[in-house]
Amino acid sequence: MKPHRIQQQTSDLSGRATLMGLQRARRIAHALLSVYYAYMVEYRAELVLWALSGSLPIILMGVWIQAAQTGQFALSPLEFARYFIAAFTVRQFSVVWVIWEFEREVVEGKLSFRLLQPLNPIWHHFASHFAERFARLPFAVFLIALFFGLYPQAFWLPSWENGVMALIITFLAFALRFLMQYTLAMFAFWTERATAIEQFSFLFYLFLSGLIAPLEVFPPAVRAIALWTPFPYLIHFPASLLVGLPVDLGRGLLVMLGWSILFWGLYRWLWRRGLRQYSGMGA
Amino acid sequence: MAIISVHNLSKVYPVAIKEPGLAGTLRHFWQRRYHQIRAVQDVSFNIEAGEIVGFLGANGAGKTTTLKMLTGLIHPSGGQAQVAGHIPFQRKAAFLQKITLVMGQKQQLIWDLPAMDSLRINAAVYGLSDRALEQRVGELGEMLGLSGKLLQPVRKLSLGERMKAELLAALLHQPQILFLDEPTIGLDVNAQVSVREFLREYNQRYQATVLLTSHYMADITALCPRVLVIHQGSLIYDGSLEGLVDQFAPCREVKVELASPYPVAKLAAYGDVQAAEGRSARFLVPQEALTQTVGRILAELEVLDLAVTEPPIEQVIGQVLQGGTPR
Repeated sequence: MKPHRIQQQTSDLSGRATLMGLQRARRIAHALLSVYYAYMVEYRAELVLWALSGSLPIILMGVWIQAAQTGQFALSPLEFARYFIAAFTVRQFSVVWVIWEFEREVVEGKLSFRLLQPLNPIWHHFASHFAERFARLPFAVFLIALFFGLYPQAFWLPSWENGVMALIITFLAFALRFLMQYTLAMFAFWTERATAIEQFSFLFYLFLSGLIAPLEVFPPAVRAIALWTPFPYLIHFPASLLVGLPVDLGRGLLVMLGWSILFWGLYRWLWRRGLRQYSGMGA
Repeated sequence: MAIISVHNLSKVYPVAIKEPGLAGTLRHFWQRRYHQIRAVQDVSFNIEAGEIVGFLGANGAGKTTTLKMLTGLIHPSGGQAQVAGHIPFQRKAAFLQKITLVMGQKQQLIWDLPAMDSLRINAAVYGLSDRALEQRVGELGEMLGLSGKLLQPVRKLSLGERMKAELLAALLHQPQILFLDEPTIGLDVNAQVSVREFLREYNQRYQATVLLTSHYMADITALCPRVLVIHQGSLIYDGSLEGLVDQFAPCREVKVELASPYPVAKLAAYGDVQAAEGRSARFLVPQEALTQTVGRILAELEVLDLAVTEPPIEQVIGQVLQGGTPR
């Protein structure tokens, strides 16, 4: 057989394998998302409570509007209102709890069933979180509509460019937050109480993400340092885009990419070592 | 060539030791002490394709730890294992496609959804088409008698139905090797029988290899011509079920019907008295002394009837699991 024909056949085979791989990935994604969506909508009351439990930005909005009416701040009371409803929206679609799930699976040995299948367990966890976004969507939209009904002067519509970009960045923020928490979850292989690490890191998330206060009200030095950490990109960055506050899009995306690569590498390293520690307790 | 090959497999893991009381708690907080548990020690055996092998041992003997090592869930501390030509702990996709592990006390099905939803995920993960899924669910569902149950939420199924649905989920990808860890635990007698029948039929239809642990001896006697016995982490027996009786219970049971009752103290002179009630008595007599003892019983006692049998297998296995060494 001529060399160029062999090369052609090899290329055909590799193309077919890629296509089959993509088809398999699509089928798995479809099955995981549809089943986990069904699982998430099984308990409707729980979903409403989950959506309401993310109301911290709405509470803080009242505090900051009051403060802005009496003091000098970088944002006006109306901008504060819009920022916090945007932060509430972003938080609704980027909330992650995988570390609690993963820790329970390790401690109770339930991870064993996932390890027996030829699919990395991370995809089960990611799909269940992603499907939950769709399940909570109607409730989140209802709460936002209720807010604007009660406070109509705060209503605004972002430009379509900002709206689309905010949607993409909210998804990236969710993916980064998921990856950060999943990496910390790997410590469950050693400590069995990895959630304690998450509780500690939540302190930084709370202050630096813009959930309690927009970064505009931080002292410049603190803001400059915060912008090199991943936290502001989880809430403040997409929320600012949605409201129309000035953001450095290129730098934001680069910092998010850098942290994503770092956390992915760390996760893979801990995963490989963690599996050697796994004892399949209780199973 | 053996489909499962295990050579000097060992697993040692540390367990924190805590003394009771406040002082023990404070010491445990500041300076934790660990004790090395040798869960499995130098276990070696081979299993040929298509065999059904019973894996026996008391609680904590090392059965489940061995199964976890053979399925790649945990990493061995020493020794080698090969399953279907793969090193289990590498957890290669090709290996995972060939095996399954059923844990009677754990479930993989999503509790709040119908079993069919979990089966759809399994089918996608194992690369089964919709048609193959439908065909296998139909085939296995029929063998298990599960028709109509797969669309009900798992939490609404009875324990027996749930276990059968778990088996279906575990076997959907038609694995060559089945690791079954107490698959009939907690089931009523009818459900136990039907699970047993299913496993036998599955083994015959697909030539699957089965390594089965169970505390129900009926599972072992009905399914396993060969057994492995593990005691305190070490393999103490590998052979046929009948051989187990010969090796661990080299004695026979002698039942006598006497003309009149005798005191137990007098009967004890002929063997280990298992039961004595009225004119009936039952002894265990060492095999080498059987002829002589039966002769003495017939000569010295007024016997109406006498029968010699092997002791019940359950009794022998119970003694083996308790003692761990040949009597």
